Amino acid sequence: MTAVADTWALCVRDLLRLWRQPWFIAVTLVQPVIWLLLFGALFERVVDIPGFHGGDYKQYLVPGVLVMTAFFSSGWSGMSTIDDLDRGVTDRFLVLPIMRWPLIAGRVGMNLVQLAIQSVIIIGLALITGVTFPGGPLGVVALIVAAALLGTGFAALSNALALVARKEESLIGAVTFLQLPLTFLSTAFMQASLMPDWIRSVSDYNPVDWAIRAGREAVGAGPDWATVLGYCGLLVAFALACLVLATRAFRAYQAQV
Amino acid sequence: MIQANDLKKGYGEVRALDGLSFEVPEGAIFGLLGPNGAGKSTAVKVLTTLARADGGEARVAGFDVARDARRVRRTIGVVAQKSGVDIDLTGRENLMLQGRLQGMRGRELSSRAEALLEEFGLADAAGRVTRGYSGGMQRRLDIAIGLVHRPKVLFLDEPTTGLDPEVRAAMWTEISRLQRDEGLTILLTTHYLEEADRLASSLAIVDRGRVVASGAPDELKAALDGDSVQVELDGVEANGNVHAALSGVGGLSAVSVDGRRLHARAADGARAVPAVLAALDAHAIPVASVRVARPSLDDVYLRYAGRSFAAAEAEKPTENKEAGR
Repeated sequence: MTAVADTWALCVRDLLRLWRQPWFIAVTLVQPVIWLLLFGALFERVVDIPGFHGGDYKQYLVPGVLVMTAFFSSGWSGMSTIDDLDRGVTDRFLVLPIMRWPLIAGRVGMNLVQLAIQSVIIIGLALITGVTFPGGPLGVVALIVAAALLGTGFAALSNALALVARKEESLIGAVTFLQLPLTFLSTAFMQASLMPDWIRSVSDYNPVDWAIRAGREAVGAGPDWATVLGYCGLLVAFALACLVLATRAFRAYQAQV
Repeated sequence: MIQANDLKKGYGEVRALDGLSFEVPEGAIFGLLGPNGAGKSTAVKVLTTLARADGGEARVAGFDVARDARRVRRTIGVVAQKSGVDIDLTGRENLMLQGRLQGMRGRELSSRAEALLEEFGLADAAGRVTRGYSGGMQRRLDIAIGLVHRPKVLFLDEPTTGLDPEVRAAMWTEISRLQRDEGLTILLTTHYLEEADRLASSLAIVDRGRVVASGAPDELKAALDGDSVQVELDGVEANGNVHAALSGVGGLSAVSVDGRRLHARAADGARAVPAVLAALDAHAIPVASVRVARPSLDDVYLRYAGRSFAAAEAEKPTENKEAGR
């Protein structure tokens, strides 16, 4: 129970820090909007490709943009940890009589609050521009949950990297190295049946695509819940593995203090 | 209250701790004095459970730092060399967060936080984000953060490094008060001789990862018989030459040359000066200035570490490791 209270206290701390960076908040809120409008316009004619089913491209794009938003913003979670390492805050926390996992979970919690707000904006904007969600509110919730699970995993992974690399440059390098390839090795922008075979095979192992497949299935007409739950199960396993890894990374860090 | 026994720790090639041993009695202010890179910060990291020693063992308040880390953490307050203040939070928020993570709640916590803010002269600034605090204010907040859960043992790693002289003096008063009024056991590391002299009831001089001398500052100084005689030579002279010149002067001991500076000890320093000058003159060794002083901790350090404190500081063998995280 105390560990849960510690997680909450640390999460509130991160939310306060976030709240005091209005420019950062503005960027994180505007970015998904730009993606939705920009990619929606740029790839509008994709629907004309023979074999693409479904009417409006934006309708197809919304789950992809929401998952991409979760993936991109959670990737930078470790930057705050590098800040804490540099300022001696991490060292102060590590000599407190608390468990290690709340230090990760509190930060991931902040990322999830951020994602929840971004999701509301994306869904709201989608509705305004005429996108419909045949899967209903439950489908939308399932989409957000899938994105949140993915975000949890990558936020934890980003913190693990931060603790091991301990340098901003290394983390920025690793995150940017992963972001675009994992985004484009998925069905975010292009229907699976129109992808080259090898990309389709790779995307089977891409957690980003698990979230997109789960989310797109859930918001579509007559969702197959077994598929949604199957991918969500994979995402839960992915998130847990990353959380364990990040908690272990404190040991690696402390071994060289 | 604190026992370190034969602690060893290396970082790659560098041996930060090389058999460090000392003991701190309850209620004392104990100083670990040494130049940068002597291993003081590493010792604090091991004793506060942040780092693990490669060898040896240590106990704080009776608990083994490696096997019983949780219990040690509950007993100690830590003020690291690098401030651990979150600069995006206010002073009050910093204190409240630390208190919550120490398991404190509700009124107990808020009244403790307010009392500490008052005590450390931060009440007016408590609602301000600490990014705008001065170095002295941030350091006081660091100490308040370390004390929020009423620890029995407080670790202060270089608490006044980088502070203005008057702020440093105020900090010394504060530290003495904590020990006197609250009965805290305090382990303080410093590379300021004056700080160790002023604050520590007993101290250990650390050099290259081991204790070279320990005791109360006055005892250590008294153990050096007589005064310190320092001669600034005009131009660099070979060691052998100086030693040869002074070999005939009676009552002089512990002669050493450190660059252009010649150190020696004499039962009565003022009386020895004419003889020393005459002997140097006879060997045509030019002299720039002479100084006679009562023994200082610098002399103690020179005696046991074999080089002056300033020279050791200039070497800074593992400075990066020590100053870094």
